[in-house]
Amino acid sequence: MKKHTFGIVIAGILAVAPLLIDNDYYLHLMILALMWVVIGSAWNLLAGYTGQVSFGDAAFFGTGAYTAGLLHDHLGWSPWWGLLFGPITAIMVAVPFGWICFRLRGAYFALATLALNEVMRHTATIMDGFTSGMAGVMILQSFTSKIPYYYIALALAILSVVCVMAVMGHRSGYYFLSIREDQDAAESLGIDTHFYKMISLAIAAGLTGVAGALYMNYMGFIDPEVVFSLHDISIMAILVGIVGGVGTIYGPAIGAFVMVLAQELFRTGGFGVITSLAESTGNASMITIANNMTQAHTLGFGILVVLVIRFMPNGIAGDWEMLVKAVTKKR
Amino acid sequence: MELLLQTLVSGLLKGGVYALIGMGMTLIMGVMGVINLAHGQIMMVAMYITYSLFAIFGIDPYLSMAIGAPTIFVLGAAIQRYLLNPLMRIETILPENQVLMTVGIGMVLTESMRIIFTSDYKSVQVSYSNAVFFLGGVSFSMPLVIDFFLAVAMTCALFWFLIRTDMGRSIRATAQDKEAATLMGIDTERITWITFGIGSAIVAMAGAMLLPIFYLYPDIGGPFTRKAFVICILGGLGSTVGAIFGGITLGLAEAFGATYIAMEFEDMIGLVIFIIVLLFLPGGFKRLTGV
Repeated sequence: MKKHTFGIVIAGILAVAPLLIDNDYYLHLMILALMWVVIGSAWNLLAGYTGQVSFGDAAFFGTGAYTAGLLHDHLGWSPWWGLLFGPITAIMVAVPFGWICFRLRGAYFALATLALNEVMRHTATIMDGFTSGMAGVMILQSFTSKIPYYYIALALAILSVVCVMAVMGHRSGYYFLSIREDQDAAESLGIDTHFYKMISLAIAAGLTGVAGALYMNYMGFIDPEVVFSLHDISIMAILVGIVGGVGTIYGPAIGAFVMVLAQELFRTGGFGVITSLAESTGNASMITIANNMTQAHTLGFGILVVLVIRFMPNGIAGDWEMLVKAVTKKR
Repeated sequence: MELLLQTLVSGLLKGGVYALIGMGMTLIMGVMGVINLAHGQIMMVAMYITYSLFAIFGIDPYLSMAIGAPTIFVLGAAIQRYLLNPLMRIETILPENQVLMTVGIGMVLTESMRIIFTSDYKSVQVSYSNAVFFLGGVSFSMPLVIDFFLAVAMTCALFWFLIRTDMGRSIRATAQDKEAATLMGIDTERITWITFGIGSAIVAMAGAMLLPIFYLYPDIGGPFTRKAFVICILGGLGSTVGAIFGGITLGLAEAFGATYIAMEFEDMIGLVIFIIVLLFLPGGFKRLTGV
C-alpha cells in the first residue's frame, strides 16, 4: 500500500481539482495532459518496459479517433462507443503489423512503426469516400461543460496507469523486461519473445486507441493531419515518455503534465507574457521575440528533444536522485 | 512501348540520384549502427544553401556543390561529434537514444530553415531546367541526365576512396568490427564523425543535383529520409553496393507506379516495397549478392 501512496495522493488531488479550478482554459490543458498520461503510459509499456521503441503511436491514436468518428458518421452510433471499439480497431491494426515487423529489432522496428504512421495517414487521406479525407470528421460534442470530460479523462488516465502497473506485476511483465534486457537470452529460456512483444504492442495500441476515441469526443473534429501527425502525436508520445522517465510507472504521468505545459508555453509565447511585455514596453527586440516564439514552437520542441536526450536521458522520474543532488549541491 | 521506355528511362535517371542519397545513409549506418533520421533534413539544408548561393550570387547549383558539400560535411561531423558520440557513453534503458536524437536534430533543422526562409516554395530556374532532348521518341530531361552521370561519377569516386585510401580502409574496418579496429590503432571515434560528415556531404551533393528539378520547402526533408531508409532496407543495411541497387529499384518502382497505377500513390510505393522486402527478402539485396 505504501508503494502506491504517491499515486493515490496525486489521483485524489486531481479528483478535487475541478472544484478549485473554475477556468475552462486550465481545465482544457488538464484534460489534454490526462489524455497524454494514457498515451505516454502505453508508449512506456512498449518502449520503456519491453524495449520496442515506437515512432508511430499516432497510427493507433488516429485509428481510435477515426473509429469513434466514423461509427457516428456511418452508423449513427454515439461516438462514445468509440471508447469500446476504438481500442479494438487499434489492436486490429497493431496485431498484423506486429506479426510482420517484430522480426525487426531495435531501431529498425522503430522505423517500421514510422512507416505504419505514414501508411495510416495516407490511407485516411486517400480513402475519402469512407473517411471524408482531408475534410475530416466532425461531431457535436455531448457536453458543453468541460467537467464531464475531465472526469472521463481522469478515469482513463488512472485506468491506464493501473493497467501498466498490473501488467508489470504479472508474469508477462517480467517477460517484457527480459525481452528488453536481452532478447536472445529470453528466447533461450523458452520465452516466446515474438508472442509477448505482440501482447505488449496490443495493450499499448489498445490504450492509445482509447485516448484517440476520447480526443474525438472531446475535440469534436479530426482530420488526418491532426490525428496521424508524426510530430504532434508520435514524437510527443516519445517525449512524454522520455521527459517523465522511461521504464517507470509514474514517469509518463509526470511527463504528460510537463510536456503539455511546455507545449502550451511555446505555443502561446510564455502564456502571452512576452507578448504583453512587448506591447507594454514597445521594445523592438521584444516584439521580434514574441512574434517568432509562437511561430517557432516546433523549433522549441525540437531543441527540447535534443537537450533532454543529451542531458537527461532517463527522464525526471529516472534521474530524480541526480536532479535532487544537483539542486541540493548548489545550495 | 514508348510509354514503357519513357517510364524506364525516367525511373532509371531518378534512381541514380536516389542511389547517392541511399549511399550517404548506408555509410553512416554501417559505421555507427545507427539510422540517421535527419538524413533528408540535412539534404534539405544543403538545398537551401545551394538556393541562397544561387539567389544571392547567381552561382550555378552544380558549381555551388563545391561550397555546399564542405559546409554540410562540417555540420554532419559536428552533429556526430558533439551530439551523438556523447550519448554512447551514457548508460540508459533505451539503446535507441541516438535515433531519437537524430529525430530531434531533424526537427530543429526543418524549423530553423522555416524561420529563415519561410514555408514558401522556392525553385532555382537555370537555363537548362526545362531543357529536353529526344532519343528515338523518348525524351530525356537535361538536368536529370546530368544528375545521373554526376551520381555515377560520385559513386565511383566514393568506391575509390573506400577501397584505395587509408581513411577509406579505416572506415571499412570500423564498420566491420569496432573493437578490432581500435586494437589495430584506428581512432574509431574520429572515424565516426568523419564518416557522418562524408555521408552528409554526399547527400548534400544529391540535394544540389535535385534542386533544379524539385520545388524546395522546409518539409521536403521528411519524405527523403523515408526514401533513403527504404533504399537501405532494399539494399541491405550498411551495404554500399546494395544502396545502388536499392536506389535504382525505388526510382523505377516510383516511375512505374506513377505511370501505371496513380500519381497519388507515388509516396506509398516506397512503403509497400519496404513491407514486401521485410516479408520475403529480409536482409535486402545484400543477402543475394553477399556484398
